[in-house]
Amino acid sequence: MLTWIDERLGLADWARAGLRKVFPDHWSFLLGEVALFCLVVLVLTGVFLTLFYVPDATTVTYSGPWLPLRGQTVSAAYDSVMRLSFEVRAGLVMRQIHHWAALVFVAAIVVHLLRIFFTGAFRRPREINWLIGIGLLLLALAMGITGYSLPDDLLSGTGLRVIYSVVIAIPFIGPYLAFLVFGGEFPTSEIISRLFVFHVMLLPALLIGGVLVHLAILVRQKHSQYAVPRATEHNVVGRAFWPSQAFKSTGLAILTAAVLALMGGLVQINPIWSYGPFDATTVSSPAQPDWYVGWLDGALRLFPPIEITALGVTIPSPFIPGVLLPGIAFGIMTLWPFLEAWVTGEHAEHQILDGPRQRPLRTAFGVAGLLVFVILTLAGGNDVVALIFGVPVEAMTNILRVAIVVVPLLGFGLTYRVCTEMRDARAGIGHPRMVRLRRTSAGGFEEDDPD
Amino acid sequence: MPRLRLYALALLAAAAVIIPGAVAPGARSAIPRIASTHSRMEGDAAAGQAVFLARCASCHGEVGQGTALGPSLIGVGAAGADFELRTGRMPFGGAPGAQAVRKPPAFDDPTIRHLVAYVASLGEGPSIPEPRVQTASVPSGQRLFIANCAPCHGATAHGGAVGGGALAPALDVATPVQVAEAMLIGPGEMPVFSGLPQGQRDAVVSYVAFLQAQPNPGGVSIGAIGPVPEGFAAWVLGLGLILIVVLVVGHDWRRGR
Repeated sequence: MLTWIDERLGLADWARAGLRKVFPDHWSFLLGEVALFCLVVLVLTGVFLTLFYVPDATTVTYSGPWLPLRGQTVSAAYDSVMRLSFEVRAGLVMRQIHHWAALVFVAAIVVHLLRIFFTGAFRRPREINWLIGIGLLLLALAMGITGYSLPDDLLSGTGLRVIYSVVIAIPFIGPYLAFLVFGGEFPTSEIISRLFVFHVMLLPALLIGGVLVHLAILVRQKHSQYAVPRATEHNVVGRAFWPSQAFKSTGLAILTAAVLALMGGLVQINPIWSYGPFDATTVSSPAQPDWYVGWLDGALRLFPPIEITALGVTIPSPFIPGVLLPGIAFGIMTLWPFLEAWVTGEHAEHQILDGPRQRPLRTAFGVAGLLVFVILTLAGGNDVVALIFGVPVEAMTNILRVAIVVVPLLGFGLTYRVCTEMRDARAGIGHPRMVRLRRTSAGGFEEDDPD
Repeated sequence: MPRLRLYALALLAAAAVIIPGAVAPGARSAIPRIASTHSRMEGDAAAGQAVFLARCASCHGEVGQGTALGPSLIGVGAAGADFELRTGRMPFGGAPGAQAVRKPPAFDDPTIRHLVAYVASLGEGPSIPEPRVQTASVPSGQRLFIANCAPCHGATAHGGAVGGGALAPALDVATPVQVAEAMLIGPGEMPVFSGLPQGQRDAVVSYVAFLQAQPNPGGVSIGAIGPVPEGFAAWVLGLGLILIVVLVVGHDWRRGR
């Protein structure tokens, strides 16, 4: 049978080469795989959800088993998610696994990206895969935002309103763009069905296609590796795909799915029955987006309400924190391999990875960027953080406004210092001279002459 | 590094034991609780006045007229006094200007009834409400709660930060009478909702009782205040467990590194 197939397709040589592909042994090379397996779980659970979800803003009267909503007017979309949660067998656990997997998926992408960044794995020849990776992160964020909004509950509706306000704040094109995306002035009946098409068709196609290209380039270029014994710029030290890596990856896939199923089965997430259906006249509190959008919400909350008017054009205050800031952040991330090569003048190929301490400047930049992200994320939950610490919200906001400037600078300086000292200590540079002290008869100390 | 991975294994094992234990459902009734803990016996205003002079007059004045330290009690009615005393907010124990918070009541039930009778005698004010907690009014209660109460107390009544340093408390232990009283008098920063018809106020009370009694569909509730604890759980529990798996799977068991 296999021979029959091989005689016609001639895949044996190709498969033999694939099975022999070498994977480095270090655990940090598995982080990207975690994201991949989360994506598999997302696709499987997502297909299940699609079977029951109704992308329709038409209003219906809820008549399901959840007492507080009985007789209330809700959208067909909200009604279908309620049915999915309380009437479809295994519907709630599927919904919860899907939502947890989405949160962990983006987290795994971020950790994978940090590994790539801090070890310099983005350098020549891997700039293309870095760019594709950033594109995949953006697609994952878009998937998250569109999916979060589909249940048409009060919390996600508040999120859509914020997005609408940010889009409309773009100078010149904002109002046109907002009308184009939403199909009119918020709230519109079109947006739910549009989000659905993006969430289940367009974005997944791009995301899965991008992942395949990402992996194909990885196989074509071979893995980078740490400076382990016998590793050079012209080989890869590790184990073959078959049998070693195949079993590792299978185990990792099963256990990743197990953790997500454990969370989906045991931990409640996004109780839309408590938030209630979306109603344009109501806002609930606390209102936060999912964690990976929290930093943008935080930027909106921290940025002072300034409206700049230049040359007769007013720039609405959400534009700078809501559009310009993420634009700059993703711009720097996208261009980083080229910026670094340009600044350091290093254009050679690198197959051996750096330790973070070997590149103090890059590591310090990365830490500072990470701190900006963390503080903005905290600011996105400023009311919850204020409640936890018993501090007034206004004081919390002002503390974070100072922190967003000071903490990344401190982090930069401290990281740079620690890295240079660790690097120099390893290289034997900068060690303090050994000094011998002698106690004098008067009780003081004096330096013993080393000679 | 091998030691690190051993710790990772131990953590994984511990998690396997602890998590199901934490999730085991407590014995919570799904039926809203209806019983009122209040005794309806009238207190003795004269006995209340004696306690008032000893414990309340230093801030609220000898005849409840109010001083620089505390507001006038003329017109707060039985509802106001009953709410503040039974939730332990009065006598006030915090720093000047701080928000009064729930604590165990300072007085026993007869003393509270005497004080309530005395404060009610100071001037015309709302009497203690007798809310009717009904399953049938839970749906309209949710609609009213989400529109009027959730903006501060949160959709799940877990409390929230309001601004100006004020905190809207969680309603997890508030009794139906206390919820009804709070709507009538608007304690602290809370607006007065006495303008709502009696039926609507009772509906809100019914929904709060439902929230307190409901089992959490979908598993253990991690704060039930939305994406902040959810994001935290995704990183610490979700990615945390997976990173332990990564360390275990990525470990070269034959070479021991």
